[in-house]
Amino acid sequence: MKILAIDTSNQVMSVALMDEARLIVERIVNVKKNHSIQLMPAIEAIMKEADWKPKELTRIVVAKGPGSYTGVRIGVTVAKTLAFSLNIDLVGVSSLEVLAANGAQIPESYCVPIFDARRGNIYTGLYQYKEHKLVQIEKDTHVSAEQWGLYLKHLQGPIQLLGEDRLIHTELFENDCGDKLIELPASLHYPRASVLAERGRYLEPENVHLFEPEYLKLAEAEQNWMEAHPDFEKGGGWIEKL
Amino acid sequence: MEKKRILAIETSCDETSVAVIEDGHTILSNIVASQIKSHQRFGGVVPEIASRHHVEQITLIIEDALTEAAVSYDDLDAVAVTEGPGLVGALLIGVNAAKAIAFAHDLPLIAVNHIKGHIFANQLASTLSFPILSLVVSGGHTELIYMESEDSYEIIGETRDDAAGEAYDKIGRVLGVPYPGGKHIDQMAHEGKDTYHFPRAMIKDDTFDFSFSGLKSSFINTVHNAKQKDEEIHLNDLAASFQAAVIDVLVSKTIRAAKGKKVKQLVLAGGVAANKGLRTALQTAVSEELPEVEMLIPPLELCGDNAAMIGAAAYIELKNNNFATYALNGRPGLTV
Repeated sequence: MKILAIDTSNQVMSVALMDEARLIVERIVNVKKNHSIQLMPAIEAIMKEADWKPKELTRIVVAKGPGSYTGVRIGVTVAKTLAFSLNIDLVGVSSLEVLAANGAQIPESYCVPIFDARRGNIYTGLYQYKEHKLVQIEKDTHVSAEQWGLYLKHLQGPIQLLGEDRLIHTELFENDCGDKLIELPASLHYPRASVLAERGRYLEPENVHLFEPEYLKLAEAEQNWMEAHPDFEKGGGWIEKL
Repeated sequence: MEKKRILAIETSCDETSVAVIEDGHTILSNIVASQIKSHQRFGGVVPEIASRHHVEQITLIIEDALTEAAVSYDDLDAVAVTEGPGLVGALLIGVNAAKAIAFAHDLPLIAVNHIKGHIFANQLASTLSFPILSLVVSGGHTELIYMESEDSYEIIGETRDDAAGEAYDKIGRVLGVPYPGGKHIDQMAHEGKDTYHFPRAMIKDDTFDFSFSGLKSSFINTVHNAKQKDEEIHLNDLAASFQAAVIDVLVSKTIRAAKGKKVKQLVLAGGVAANKGLRTALQTAVSEELPEVEMLIPPLELCGDNAAMIGAAAYIELKNNNFATYALNGRPGLTV
């Protein structure tokens, strides 16, 4: 199985090639640069390094969000178009899960990935390693950092905050759960596409056409519209072929 | 000579469109999925929602275009995509999908300017002969573009504020017609008369520039004052008066520019080219004042945004081996 894994859901861009469980090439870039400019050149470069041809790929694994709307869409668009046009498997993995998987396997400890979502909000989730397997305890969510701090306060067990964005809310989390926090080595705070590939290796393939990013949040205009139209049942019908 | 086929993708605003075009002039397929019903909920295009719809649609529409054209990737010679102008988040979906296909199937990638695409929509129905003057009018653009040859562009006039189509949408809200307003206002205008005599902004000045924001304000004030004085408002006459003011300025400047440039063809392009009032007025003016000039207007289905026009414009770049790299980005403010 030749896997290409893509994560562009936040500022860090990571792409990797894995042959089954074997890492062939991985590239992690943490510069403020548009993913649209750097993603496809990065994929082309690692494929060249590995001496792989696009038609040899058998599976695309993509970090499906949450994160920057535009960033997630760039990764998902490239992933689904590659999978569709090469007629190969596509799987999506939560961008938060990829980061959580970097956590240390400490008994009873929680892995808490953090992406900043502006205006005091974060995207986060609650994960735990149980018998060497990462398990999701709480669904990924969009929540105010303040509220999340209060939630973490009542958990038993050590807490590992993951991701560079945890630093934006350091004070708040230290106040709420100071003595329970475990500081991890710096290198573990960056999502790695090799980890993403590993997470996506055994998942059932998605329906490529129907695959969408996981935004965890409606667009603001849509949120307002839904509130004004409470009787409206969600469903398609918005797109019309001319 | 062997036929050249281009897979073209257009996602600059609220239409996800994919086409397969042969030799720059023959449409093998042209699938257009419109999001208009979705944006009607908000009274205009919401960029974030447009981007979300494009991601949902993109591979479906690519598949439809390939199926309808009955071609496989091996039959293609290039992948073309709109790089701008447009909504950046929307452009990025097309750009990244195009890059993925180009990479997967080792095809050259071509970046196309959306405005050039509108002009080249005419190549799908007629043969372009230069020099050409084009009036490009849409929700985002009002430009007079002079082309000495197929790859030379000179903007000789443009709007200084609102695009003509934008003015239509804005006064459409005042008239209470659904978004986008153009089509409804065009219909109403045919039922009414120019009784309100709105100003024809910049009609007499020396430039070929346009301005529509004063007209829009004058329109809104007229309606507002009438309401305050409890005067009767004639909606069809309002629509007819507004449309007459827009068309008068567009037609008179276009004709004057065409006379100065001694062009062979005059091209009307862009979404507002679907406006019956404008089509008729410009055609009449050309046959009366410029009988030697050939007037080209795209068929109605090629006036709005579509990928066929992008494939037509891309053919020039294919002939010139002018290809983009995988670092291609969306360019929302791109000009010709």
